[in-house]
Amino acid sequence: MRFGARLALAVTTLIVTVTACGAPHGGGSQPRAGQDCGPYARYGEHAGTTVTVYASNRDREADLFEETWADFAACTGIDVAYEGDGEFEAQIQLRVEGGNTPDVAFFPQPGLMERFARAGRLKPASAEVAALAKEGWSADWNGYATVNGTLYGTPLVANVKSFVWYSPAFFRDRGLSVPRTWAELMDVTEKVAASGVKPWCAGVESGEATGWPLTDWIEDVLLRQAGPDVYDQWVSHEIPFNDPRVIRAMDTVGSVLKNDRYANGGYGPARSMASIAYQEGGTPVLSGDCAMHRQASFYAEHWPEGTEIGPDKDVFAFLLPGTDRTSRPVLGGGVFAAAFSDRPEVRAFQEYLATADFATARMKKGPFVSANKGVDPADAATPVDRLSIQLLQDPKTQFRFDGSDLMPASVGAGTFWKGAVDWIGGKGTEPVADSVERSWPRP
Amino acid sequence: MSRVRERLASRAFSLTAVVIAVLWTTPTLGLLLSSFRPEDEIKTTGWWTVFGSPHVTLDNYDEVLFGSANASGRLAEHLVNSVVITLPSVLFPLVLGFFAAYALAWIDFRGRGALLVGIFALQIVPLQMALVPLLKLFSQGWLFLPAWGLTGPARFTHVWFAHTVFALPFAVFLLHNFLAGLPRDLIEAARVDGASHGTLLLRIVLPLAGPALVTFAIIQFIWVWNDLLVALALSGGTAETAPVTVRLAGLAGTRGNEWQRLTAGAFVSAFVPVLVFFALQRHFARGLLTGSVKG
Amino acid sequence: MSFDAVAQQPKLQHLLQGVVAFAAVVCLILLALHRGPARRRGAAFLLLAPALLLLTAGLVLPGLRTLLLSFMDREGDARVGLDNYVWLFTDPEALIALRNTLAWVVLVPLLVTAVGLLYAAAVVRSRFRALALSLVLLPMAISFVGAGLVWKFVYAYRPAEADQIGLLNQLVVTFGGTPRQWLVESPWNVLFLVVAMVWTQAGFAAVLLAGAIGAVPGEITEAARLDGASPRQIFWRITVPLIRPTLLVVVLAEVIGTFKAFDIVRTMTAGQFDTGVIAHEMYDQAFRYGETGRGAALAVLLFALVTPVVAYRIRAQRSAG
Repeated sequence: MRFGARLALAVTTLIVTVTACGAPHGGGSQPRAGQDCGPYARYGEHAGTTVTVYASNRDREADLFEETWADFAACTGIDVAYEGDGEFEAQIQLRVEGGNTPDVAFFPQPGLMERFARAGRLKPASAEVAALAKEGWSADWNGYATVNGTLYGTPLVANVKSFVWYSPAFFRDRGLSVPRTWAELMDVTEKVAASGVKPWCAGVESGEATGWPLTDWIEDVLLRQAGPDVYDQWVSHEIPFNDPRVIRAMDTVGSVLKNDRYANGGYGPARSMASIAYQEGGTPVLSGDCAMHRQASFYAEHWPEGTEIGPDKDVFAFLLPGTDRTSRPVLGGGVFAAAFSDRPEVRAFQEYLATADFATARMKKGPFVSANKGVDPADAATPVDRLSIQLLQDPKTQFRFDGSDLMPASVGAGTFWKGAVDWIGGKGTEPVADSVERSWPRP
Repeated sequence: MSRVRERLASRAFSLTAVVIAVLWTTPTLGLLLSSFRPEDEIKTTGWWTVFGSPHVTLDNYDEVLFGSANASGRLAEHLVNSVVITLPSVLFPLVLGFFAAYALAWIDFRGRGALLVGIFALQIVPLQMALVPLLKLFSQGWLFLPAWGLTGPARFTHVWFAHTVFALPFAVFLLHNFLAGLPRDLIEAARVDGASHGTLLLRIVLPLAGPALVTFAIIQFIWVWNDLLVALALSGGTAETAPVTVRLAGLAGTRGNEWQRLTAGAFVSAFVPVLVFFALQRHFARGLLTGSVKG
Repeated sequence: MSFDAVAQQPKLQHLLQGVVAFAAVVCLILLALHRGPARRRGAAFLLLAPALLLLTAGLVLPGLRTLLLSFMDREGDARVGLDNYVWLFTDPEALIALRNTLAWVVLVPLLVTAVGLLYAAAVVRSRFRALALSLVLLPMAISFVGAGLVWKFVYAYRPAEADQIGLLNQLVVTFGGTPRQWLVESPWNVLFLVVAMVWTQAGFAAVLLAGAIGAVPGEITEAARLDGASPRQIFWRITVPLIRPTLLVVVLAEVIGTFKAFDIVRTMTAGQFDTGVIAHEMYDQAFRYGETGRGAALAVLLFALVTPVVAYRIRAQRSAG
């Protein structure tokens, strides 16, 4: 029994130690002296509460978010615990399944958000949030966050994907002007190619998302060639993925990107883009090894440090032209904020995110685009952001959301991306489109 | 004649060995050297040029370990998670596997043979097969099993549980093979003296089982520390619970061009297992031998 | 510089609590065992109960549930019969994963054993045996994720005009070739992933085989040498047959390990460029695409493929030991 006694003693000692370790530690933020909490009074007092936020935005984007809502947090007493994760798409599902659900998530794809709404995990937006959404965004934008007639979230970030980045100096030196129609664009392309420079460059490597810059290209061209209605039917699978009009759009893209005379400027043969990180895709524009790089407004973040953006600076962007001067189709994407819980502090935070005030405050901190009708383009941090906001607010713009973000994930984040990579690697258009069509999940 | 041939053969052998050894170490060396190079050099010139123009910096390590709140890295916090995950995930299956192996090896009871084969056979189940249901079990419960509903750091328990379960069949297999080979007389003699199973287990068998226990502990340690799949699926992927491997894989996926972070990150994550490996090198090699040949 | 030491405290505290709770359970078991010379069955039950409980709750039941899920739709609500299995054997993506897995399972054990055997034979009588073995064993201590990064760096691609940063392309350029995208060009890229896997595993094989070769009695080889056998003949006709059991162990362990390979693929290509394998495709389907049913079917397939190998191994080793 002596042995047993010793064991018991050891266990008791350990347990006492552990209990003693359990020192309480407080948290919560407090308003700084001299801070104007007036604008935040409507959100109420929630001292000592925490709202957890889970998103894919990291690095500087995340820092800017946190700086933006710092005042809100200080005035309401809510501790906003933000977590950005590069593996958001897979991890959000695991976290929800695993009972580690965040209070608020920023969904970069409406399709993903819809999955959680349909599964009954997301909380419908409160009446206040719905009112703000109605006031702030077009019916189109709110539609992306609506499932079966119920609004679940609000657009948080918007981006315009139909931009072509170029070097104004490069264009000036060669007497080129910014193209306003597709034919003019092809004209510029041919002129640059004739001068011995490959006109286009691209990088599509992006980890498990490799291929998305290519699917954006294809969507952009389909939207222009076939029009918004056909585009919508294609995204919702009312027409098959391999519809002849889609094939035609892909072939048009192919005539540029799969053409060794036109691409991949600064990086070698066209197929090299599969190895080039998308963040580096446009770098050759700066050195004059490539004339144009079609990439979203957020590419502004990826230019090497010190690159200046503007009509007479190092780089600038023009809108990928439509077939004629009158049409103005714009492809874009966005991030949506939706809540998994409905505690008062979560509601208050969600409400704050839905205001134009938040978007404006965020814009003043650094590069950011919001589709909110209440923001002033003049507040944008960069000229491209300003242009983006103007485009989004212009009633003549035919805005369409990135199709791959709306399709079922196994297609939009799977076979379509993979198919596009195979396609750039040399596979034919029809076999690729056919296999994506076959992979579409049956209802 | 045969002497000459022998010497030639041995020379060819040595050459092969050297070639393989070089092939096996060069890639690591390249990554290691790169991790000390400044960002713009890593991205523009090969690591072999470092010998010509040595610019050495610790910035990369500083960034991945302690980088500002939202920048990639913060590996220091993930290292703590790795430690918190690994220690119990080695200890639990070690002790429980040892108990079970002792019972199966030295206590006679009905159905022993069938049970033994049953546990061994569970090695077949790939952990992929259990992941999704485990996740659901933890959050929602299943059949008669209640949901766990753990939050915060308590969720480490999920990962411990999963690693323990996945390791048990192998632990029992390895330890049983070893224990069953211990000299019968020793145990019988103690039993005749009236020793309880507790005494037998702790006083006689435990000291003898040292090598097998160390073997299992090392293999399990390296496995758990380096695991990605269980951690991805069950740890939640945040700085609160995710181990280094998850963060590193995340960096590789979304920061594919940021070699300065990846190279340093790879060595931060490898540091502990390599240290353990060198400290226990002899046991490791010997353990692999006994562990795999016998078991 | 930021390292939140305070935020680490709850983690360490939980670690301590977990270990203490476990220790308490263990102590209770031991105390119970000490209550006199135990009746045999009682003792066995006490010792086996925790392991059996865990295995049932954590492995047997979840395994069965996965089997059920593989006949359900993506939400796990409606029965779909064999649809997921039909998908498995008709979908081009899934078929590529299947093809690659088979390539891995054939190539990895083969190359690992070959390299390991060659290296073991070369260093086994050397003065530097311990050092030599630890050199090739080291990659095993670096994680698969780390290994994936090491090799991704070796294969790194830069256009022909720029300086190469990847060793392989630098070699190609040095010998007058043009740099290639090793990880992109299918189907050869599968081979380049396999190399990374072989790199991590060859040390394991070398250690086991060096041990086995070292255990071959010197008299036998000496006798053969006196009979005029060449070293090569001795190696192939005497040593290799004598170490066959160990070779078998190595090959089977590698086959089983390779079926489950996930980390290297995830780190190096994320299954892009037609490099997916079953274990990785399962993760994509179940977790990224929310296709629980398909994911479950892939897991069951993995189970079905591994079963005969493990069964064979257990039988072989039980009859040997």
